[in-house]
Amino acid sequence: MFTVDIQIQQPYAASTAFNLQASFALAPGQCLGIMGASGSGKTTLLHSIAGLLMPSSGVIRSGDHLWFDHKQAIQLPPWQRPVGLVFQDGRLFPHMSVEQNLRYGMPAGMARIVLPEVVDVLAIQPLLKRKPSQLSGGEKQRVAIGRALLRQPSVLLMDEPLSGLDDQLKQQVLPYIKQVIATFGLPTLYVSHVGDEVAEVADEVLTLAQGVLRQVVD
Amino acid sequence: MWSLSPVEIDIVLLSLKVAACCVLVLLLPAIAMAWLLARKQFWGHAVVDALVHLPMVLPPVVLGYMLLVLLGRRGWIGSWLYEQFHIQLTFHWWGAVIASAVMAFPLMVRAIRQALMQVNPLLEQAAQTLGATPIKTFFSITLPLSYHGVLTGGILAFSRSLGEFGATITFAGNLEGETRTLPLAIYSLTQSPEGDAAALRLVILSVLVSVFALLASQWLERRLLRSQR
Repeated sequence: MFTVDIQIQQPYAASTAFNLQASFALAPGQCLGIMGASGSGKTTLLHSIAGLLMPSSGVIRSGDHLWFDHKQAIQLPPWQRPVGLVFQDGRLFPHMSVEQNLRYGMPAGMARIVLPEVVDVLAIQPLLKRKPSQLSGGEKQRVAIGRALLRQPSVLLMDEPLSGLDDQLKQQVLPYIKQVIATFGLPTLYVSHVGDEVAEVADEVLTLAQGVLRQVVD
Repeated sequence: MWSLSPVEIDIVLLSLKVAACCVLVLLLPAIAMAWLLARKQFWGHAVVDALVHLPMVLPPVVLGYMLLVLLGRRGWIGSWLYEQFHIQLTFHWWGAVIASAVMAFPLMVRAIRQALMQVNPLLEQAAQTLGATPIKTFFSITLPLSYHGVLTGGILAFSRSLGEFGATITFAGNLEGETRTLPLAIYSLTQSPEGDAAALRLVILSVLVSVFALLASQWLERRLLRSQR
């Protein structure tokens, strides 16, 4: 079980202090969707889980492992947290081939999620030798998802992975995302400002507004 | 007329050796300083920045004299080096390397710093979420993406070293076969009444060596660029 119970306070400016409270638990194979307008704190929440930002208080726990505990002053750096974070813009490394990108986060030794399976599920075999500059937007996101999976994450975090794509490409990539969630059984947090997209992927959808998560659909 | 004498070959080889060692000596400190100035904010940042750039505005002879005071046989550090390890930098080709390295340091730092500033920090962030420590992130993402700055800095340092005169003659001396690089040899020849023709040959040689170095670096840059596409 992956559990998050955090408060984030960021005083961007005296007049626009940002407060966010998030509390939820994710079982293996469960996909929780979070919907919210731009600036509602969706990305901040995912970055806090990944260790790129520090919450003000609370606890983040993956099974028996504490990633963050404000009271015990535990704060694992991002490279020690097994998360698969898929960014809005893919963020593939431009100087590496697709295969090198995929292998970048792979830990040495035995792996539960292996390269051939990821390549197969995401249908990216023909892209392996290409550079990111030679990929379409949809292909880039499929590679970014594959790269995040090969990190052997305890939780998969998807930060508006389709936001940079047109409708046609979205419809092409969406089945791959559903397939990934079904195949690898990872607890997944899917964040987007598009309600239909979240509803199609997630088992449960929460909305994030005024810094509070509220349940809308079961 | 165009075959080189053994003395001329020695001068060219010494100049190339000093320039190449200058680049090698500078590589790590220049990358570290460029990263520090590009990525870190700390108290005294502006002072460090100014000190790094000082050799660009100070007369080379002044720097040569400062090196002499610091690293000369009776200098603050130089006397200790001699007493402890019998290392003497003055009148030694390593002295010429140090003199040109001090002059070339700001050029190399500037080039690398500008390249580092162009690397998207979000890519470094992505690498860290993929398990890369800050050191792995630097060597696998930041440095490869700023290679052109390292290359440009290396070329600038190499060229600066090939042309270095004032600091070298003041600190390392003008010793034939040891510290007499191309500019110093040209200067020495212009001081003798029959040296004009020989000086002209060395001037032409200097131009050819510099042009060759620039063409080689451009070829290398094109190759690197092609491999990254």
